[in-house]
Amino acid sequence: MFSETVFTPLFVPELTLLVTAVVVILLDLVLKNKWWLAVVSIAGIVVSAGFAVAMWGGDSASIFFGMMAVDNFAIFFKLLFLVIAALVILASTDYVSKLKRFQGEYYALVLISALGMMLMAATTELISIYIALELTSISLYILVGFLKDPKSTEAALKYLLLGAVASAVLLFGMALIFGFTGQTQLGEIAAAIQSMSLSGVMASPGLIAGMVLIIAGFGFKIAAVPFHMWVPDVYEGAPTPITAYLSVASKAAGFAIILRVFISAFGLPHWLSLDWGMVFAILAAVGMTVGNIIALTQTNIKRMLGYSSIAQAGYLMVGLATVGFVSPVISGSSAFAGQSGLLFFLASYTLTNLGAFTAIIAISGKVDSDLIADYAGMGKRAPLLALALSLCLISLIGMPPAAGFMAKFYIFSGAVQQGLLWLVIIAVINSVISAYYYLRVVKVMWTGKPASETKVPSSIALRVALGLSCLGVLVMGIVPGFVMKLAEMAAKMFVS
Amino acid sequence: MDFNWLTTIIFLPALGALLIAFMPRLSSRGIRWLAAVFTFIPLVLSIYLFTIFDRSAGMAGVMQFEESVSWIPAINANYHLGVDGLSLPLMILMAFLGFLVVLISWKIDLRPREYFAWLLLLETSILGVFCSLDLLLFFLFWEIEVIPMYFLISIWGTGRKEYSAIKYVIYTLFGSAVMLAGILSLYFTTGSLSMVEIAQGGLGMIQTAMPAAAIFFLLLVGFAVKLPVFPLHSWLPDAHTDAPTAVSVVLAGALLKMGGYGMIRVCVSIFPGVAQDYALPLIILAVISVLYGAAVTLRQTDLKRLIAYSSISHMGYVLLGIFALGQVSLTGAALQMFSHGIITGLLFAMAGLVMHNAGERDLRKLGGLARQMPIIVVVFSIAGVASLGLPTTSGFIAEFLVFVGSFTSGAPGIQVATILGVLGIVITAGYILWMLQRVFYGEPLKKFDKVKDASILERVYMFAFVAVIMLVGIYPAILTDVIKMGVAPVMGLLGG
Repeated sequence: MFSETVFTPLFVPELTLLVTAVVVILLDLVLKNKWWLAVVSIAGIVVSAGFAVAMWGGDSASIFFGMMAVDNFAIFFKLLFLVIAALVILASTDYVSKLKRFQGEYYALVLISALGMMLMAATTELISIYIALELTSISLYILVGFLKDPKSTEAALKYLLLGAVASAVLLFGMALIFGFTGQTQLGEIAAAIQSMSLSGVMASPGLIAGMVLIIAGFGFKIAAVPFHMWVPDVYEGAPTPITAYLSVASKAAGFAIILRVFISAFGLPHWLSLDWGMVFAILAAVGMTVGNIIALTQTNIKRMLGYSSIAQAGYLMVGLATVGFVSPVISGSSAFAGQSGLLFFLASYTLTNLGAFTAIIAISGKVDSDLIADYAGMGKRAPLLALALSLCLISLIGMPPAAGFMAKFYIFSGAVQQGLLWLVIIAVINSVISAYYYLRVVKVMWTGKPASETKVPSSIALRVALGLSCLGVLVMGIVPGFVMKLAEMAAKMFVS
Repeated sequence: MDFNWLTTIIFLPALGALLIAFMPRLSSRGIRWLAAVFTFIPLVLSIYLFTIFDRSAGMAGVMQFEESVSWIPAINANYHLGVDGLSLPLMILMAFLGFLVVLISWKIDLRPREYFAWLLLLETSILGVFCSLDLLLFFLFWEIEVIPMYFLISIWGTGRKEYSAIKYVIYTLFGSAVMLAGILSLYFTTGSLSMVEIAQGGLGMIQTAMPAAAIFFLLLVGFAVKLPVFPLHSWLPDAHTDAPTAVSVVLAGALLKMGGYGMIRVCVSIFPGVAQDYALPLIILAVISVLYGAAVTLRQTDLKRLIAYSSISHMGYVLLGIFALGQVSLTGAALQMFSHGIITGLLFAMAGLVMHNAGERDLRKLGGLARQMPIIVVVFSIAGVASLGLPTTSGFIAEFLVFVGSFTSGAPGIQVATILGVLGIVITAGYILWMLQRVFYGEPLKKFDKVKDASILERVYMFAFVAVIMLVGIYPAILTDVIKMGVAPVMGLLGG
């Protein structure tokens, strides 16, 4: 019925997710017990992930006339997004059950934005990149405003306006690149650039200007300073599960697409990659310093984690800088140290932040406050929640035995290897600064006087989500070998 | 011989901690007994290892009881444990203190479950530091130690406990952040994380242009914060003063030794040449630490603060012995670490008893307690005179070896430095005797009439401390024979 080029088995994970989203919306019309919506969503995710796992390690392929790649890199990210979507849905069930209407739409939008992110990780062509990005963003705009109270609406509007500006900037950058090279396919852009002489490239500012605008556009997605203004307000106003979703999935998708675009299209010649490597190094240094210093004074835990995520984006950009600095003559696994470090860090950061936000959903939902001061005495009122949140915060500092430590070790070791010791020193000192505000929350929970003696109960779905995240954080912190191996395989298998 | 001795010793306390933390329906009596059992077994095992440790000359510098399992293949990290003459005494020291602090903490009533869990976790991490032969593993244990310390000081401490706890954390994390940069540089210049391999390969393994001296100092800062060396010492008086007694004992007894141990094991063993080049400034810092520490001690009015400052002075001897770089001086430094651990541990335990029983720790308000505390006064005096280096105590042998060894080591300016260092002893005699006089002698005060002496349990651990001090003081060869085995290869590297 379908020709090979339109329907390909390599696109099944995405299709599964799309079908699940539609089914969830339809079921919402007929089902009385809305619990099933979450169950169906997660079942769809599991099936989709199963298909993705089956493709892991296979030959890389290009589908839809070179618009999308199916390689280990894309599959790594697809699995990451699926895991995130599943955990976010688990963490949302409490929240959603309080909504009077649109429960099915909520889950469907989470699934569709995950679909958009999966496409982002796989696309190898500028126009489809833009479409995938918009698919993700528009679903997220709606999700941010889902509560429809003033704060949530303000957050959604802010996100929408700034996001639209960022998209426009991105599109303008893409237009410049297209005008400069005459191509939209990443591999062909690279070929066009390499075929030009140095003076030919230098004669027109088009390439550099295009690259800068693209960095700005993507910088918005990953919350890099100075494109981070939206973060604290949106994080504070959005429903907390969506904040968690934004803080990890949206960021991971941004990094996936940056890696693919910059390695595939602008990876060579070496002076070009050194250029953008330096830009990312500076953005990294500024980002982590600004994020950490502003986070020091926050009193609302969601805002604090918002600024913390800006700082974490800074650490992640150390990996991007490393990628840019890798000399083309290096071979072997050290040539991929930047990418694999970044992928591992993303995986670790994802689980850690999801864990932290899940604990926050559980606690804040009951004490009805996001203020750090109201977390006082949680060690007494909800010892396991407090323990889990402490573990996640320790992981965010980058201390063992949590995953954050291994992630930092891995990503910084790649950077040191490429001569970025100065950046690593800035980064490790930033980790020390960050310890202060993360530990402040820990301190309040364990040494503060509880406002009341009542226990803080949590639902089973939340406990499952939290347990899984914390288990992942510990496993990746103590025996990270397996995930590192996956990250390394993903970094090497790359279709341009 | 295939039994994994070291793993068992290191992780038994952690296992105990897990049991204590998560076993339901545990009475506080049960918790204490569990803690005692899970620290007593490691002590017995480590003494057993001490007796079967191969002291034959052919084994000098060879790691014994080695265990090595591949841990993270992606970065060539191994779970590699082993002890030699340098680390074995320190391991026993920690196991010894680990058991005794459980006895010292017997009267803790506030949240005993968490308290003993953290205390046991602390023991695991410190034992791990002394036994790790892989830099990443070493660093992992080094960092883990911060978390229990933070909780122990900030929850069970006194005075400005939260300030002191966070100050401790920030100082330590700053030191370890810089150390991490050093470890990463070392890893990428040598391609290995094995301490033994790098030390044997010598500087020949350093391939890149990164100057060895830079790496040396990055690493040294981390250890110098811990030891502590002037001017990085200011966390120590606060942390010691505000920590609960048992934690002060561990802090002074074993934690500071991580710094000295790291200097010998990592800095001197891997960079013998750099250590020789920069010995003079470090020796000068050592003398400043000795004299400044002693002078500041002299004017303290708080019992615990006084002992805390005396540690800075005594750790100055360790630094002096290390960077005099002579065989005898290094042996002295290693012995001084052990000896100071026992002596200062006992001093803090006694200070804790005086505080607990008399309810006062201000020297200006104490006095005449000798009548109420006939046993404590004797033991406190023994600890005091051991601290000022009276013959027949371990303090004498250790300091004597440091001075003799340093004086004759031939390092630049060492003779003047040694003579200045000996002056520290005189000041030590001053503050120790003055302290004893102000606490125990003079007119008996009416308010202390009801004060009790040591209980049976307290007498047991006091006796254990005194026995070790005397044993090493009268028959030092029991330790120096072992230490010699660890110092010999270092001397080989130094060309001595």
